[in-house]
Amino acid sequence: MDILPILSTLRRHKITAWLLILEIALTCAIVCNAVFLVSQRLERMNLPSGIAEHELVQVQLANIGNRSDAEARAKTDLAALRQIPGVTQVALVFQMPFTDGGSSNSGIKLDPQQREDTADVTQYMGENLLSTLGTKLVAGRDFRPDEFVNLDTAVAALHTGDLKGLPQVLVVTQALADRLWPGQSALGKQIYLGQGLAFRVVGVVAHLARPNRLSKGVEYSTVWPISMNVSQGASFLIRCAPQERERVLKSALAALKQLDPNRVVLQKRTYDEARHAFFANDRAMTGILVGVCLALLIVTALGIVGLASFWVAQRRRTIGVRRALGATRANILHYFQTENFLLATLGIVLGMVLAYGINLFLMMHYELPRLPVIYFPVGAALLWVIGQIAVFGPALRAAAVPPVVATRSV
Amino acid sequence: MFAYYLDLAARSLKRNKVLTALMVLAIAVGIGASMTTLTVMHLLSCDPLPTRSGTLFFPQVDPNPYPDGPSLPYDMMDYRSAVDLWSAHRADRQALIAHGQLKLTAPQVNLPPLMAQVLSTTSEFFPMFDVPFRYGHGWSAQDDASRARVAVISADLNNKLFNGADSVGRTLRLKDSDVRIVGVLDAWRPSPQFYDVAGGRFDDGQTGDFYGRTEDVFLPLNSSSDINPVGFNFFTCWSMPQSDATLQTSPCVWMTLWVQLDSPAKVRSYRQFVADYAALQKSAGRFARADNTQLRSLMGWLDFNHVVPSDVRLQMWVAFAFLLICLFNTVGLLLAKFLRRSGEIGVRRALGASRAAIMAQCLFEAGLIGLLGGIGGLLLTLLGLWLVRRQPVAYADLVHLDTAMFLATFALAIAASLLAGLLPAIRASRMAPGLQLKMT
Repeated sequence: MDILPILSTLRRHKITAWLLILEIALTCAIVCNAVFLVSQRLERMNLPSGIAEHELVQVQLANIGNRSDAEARAKTDLAALRQIPGVTQVALVFQMPFTDGGSSNSGIKLDPQQREDTADVTQYMGENLLSTLGTKLVAGRDFRPDEFVNLDTAVAALHTGDLKGLPQVLVVTQALADRLWPGQSALGKQIYLGQGLAFRVVGVVAHLARPNRLSKGVEYSTVWPISMNVSQGASFLIRCAPQERERVLKSALAALKQLDPNRVVLQKRTYDEARHAFFANDRAMTGILVGVCLALLIVTALGIVGLASFWVAQRRRTIGVRRALGATRANILHYFQTENFLLATLGIVLGMVLAYGINLFLMMHYELPRLPVIYFPVGAALLWVIGQIAVFGPALRAAAVPPVVATRSV
Repeated sequence: MFAYYLDLAARSLKRNKVLTALMVLAIAVGIGASMTTLTVMHLLSCDPLPTRSGTLFFPQVDPNPYPDGPSLPYDMMDYRSAVDLWSAHRADRQALIAHGQLKLTAPQVNLPPLMAQVLSTTSEFFPMFDVPFRYGHGWSAQDDASRARVAVISADLNNKLFNGADSVGRTLRLKDSDVRIVGVLDAWRPSPQFYDVAGGRFDDGQTGDFYGRTEDVFLPLNSSSDINPVGFNFFTCWSMPQSDATLQTSPCVWMTLWVQLDSPAKVRSYRQFVADYAALQKSAGRFARADNTQLRSLMGWLDFNHVVPSDVRLQMWVAFAFLLICLFNTVGLLLAKFLRRSGEIGVRRALGASRAAIMAQCLFEAGLIGLLGGIGGLLLTLLGLWLVRRQPVAYADLVHLDTAMFLATFALAIAASLLAGLLPAIRASRMAPGLQLKMT
């Protein structure tokens, strides 16, 4: 197909041609970035938590009652929950991966003399935490029962300076180990907290995401041999088979109410519900962006249909002349298809530049990474296909113009 | 003239129904998307207290005794600094604020106990923030000092417990203590709930929760700490708190102070007062840094906390980009439409119509498309807002279309379509009359 006649025709319709090119360029730029945003959200929503998500239910009670018998009460409660058929493990924990609300975070150092912290990590605490969460240990060991201290004891020890009351060891995630000691085994290494308190790593877990503040490092998590009770803000985390969760949750509530009917239940849910709620915003945003992309592509396609139809109608006579001079229907069809391809290509080239610009802007304001190169060819192919689909109808109509039109004066 | 142009425009629009529908739809969808996001943005970024915000300020000091703490002061204050600044009474009005939860039951009301969100504050909170009362009133400074067991409750809680009846004088049981209700708020929904805003810069743009409802129970701060000395939420601590310490003596920040300063001179002198206080505390060895103080205005404080969620901003940008593409689309289609009518335009020009007249006629047609698009856009905006209300966000129940936004929808639709029609109209009016006649 000779493109020179097409170019000379387009030169006579500069404004309309440019409008189409700009529309395609804008659509290309926005769709590329919107799809990229969607992929970022999807990536966030699919982050691995590292725990047995479908086997956990959470019950949180309000922090009431005096603190002196809290420890004893925790033991009674845990024992009662373990009695429920189907329950495999129970823990009192302060936080779970991907949940809103309070979280315990702290800066850690590799050298006590350091001024700046090396990383901001979250602190998981609670007896039986690892076995309840179902996190996979990849090196070292879980805590021994004698390593646990109660939170109150640990805090008091910090103030009296009696280091015996503090835990001596901790477990870190693989991601944190790789950040702190790249290429080395983390076992036996020391980290420092606050005013130079040293702790030794005894275990490494494959994955354990932090509750929130994900921008500080999704899997920068530490686990401490510190036990907690309800009055310190902990909630019950119960592990059971996925199909048993509803029943276990009901039985757990009944058991806890039976021990003390005056307690107020703040939270009762499966872990899946908790995670679902945490990512609700991302899910909504994904829906909106996908909707906008589809609408944009439809609007652009309709715009192409409209302009192509106009051009076909305007050039009916010319087409008739060409047909009378021997051009086949296929020639006419190809003419309009090639014309659209040329316009789309120009639009796509401009659109890519624009897409890159928008990405730079978003990188500055929304902490997004750079647009991956793969988006450019995929975006281009998408717009070419849409352009060709949109122009097909008008082009067929053009091809159907009979040669006899040439002999009529309009 | 007007009726004639309207008639011409209507005829022209009717001639090619598909093309007209396409243009109206494009404008409607673009306007619907933009206005939905703009309405949400407008609601979330407006002044929560338009009559007072200019005179409300948020003092901050840095009570950290270690010099290597964060470079900006904490978003809240420790007990001692907050109470020192408050009790100096150097502002026209001032109120301390702390948050907590308490187990709540109402005698003679057959409802299970609930955890109530409690705002512990001081008497000037109500007049300073212009809080509307349905029944009763706030408590007095005397009640603050005498640790009176009084409470003000929200309209929501009053509806829940007492079916909206006048509950002044009735008793609530909070934890193990009885308090007497002295006031019931009228519907009050500042957006955002500005006096609770803190820590926004740590939220990664997920700040939707600042637009929640007010607390259920308002208590005098002293009474609240008598009822449950450990029942307050803290913001952060600069060192580990002692387990048996109350928050009052802990190394934690958990209170805020709001002050009302009625003139720029008073603002200046209060700023000096806060700086002097910090200097004094530094020389006493309690603060490490005396220069780390702030006195932000209400709106400045909201900006600093980036209260408008970043997703809402992003949605607005996307919607306007969408509108832009819809406009390009309309320009192209209008151009096609007007140029196809070149014969008719040529005849009108030859019969004496001026360029301005042709242009006016074309713009009239574009405006009519805008009006139709505006109506469609309004319906789509209502649909969009309905969708927003179903989102799991704290501000969902706030979202509605107000008169200003209703009018803005039409203004935007007509402006957008006139803008889109301008280039095609200019092109159409430039056509030489003779040429067109010859061709036909």
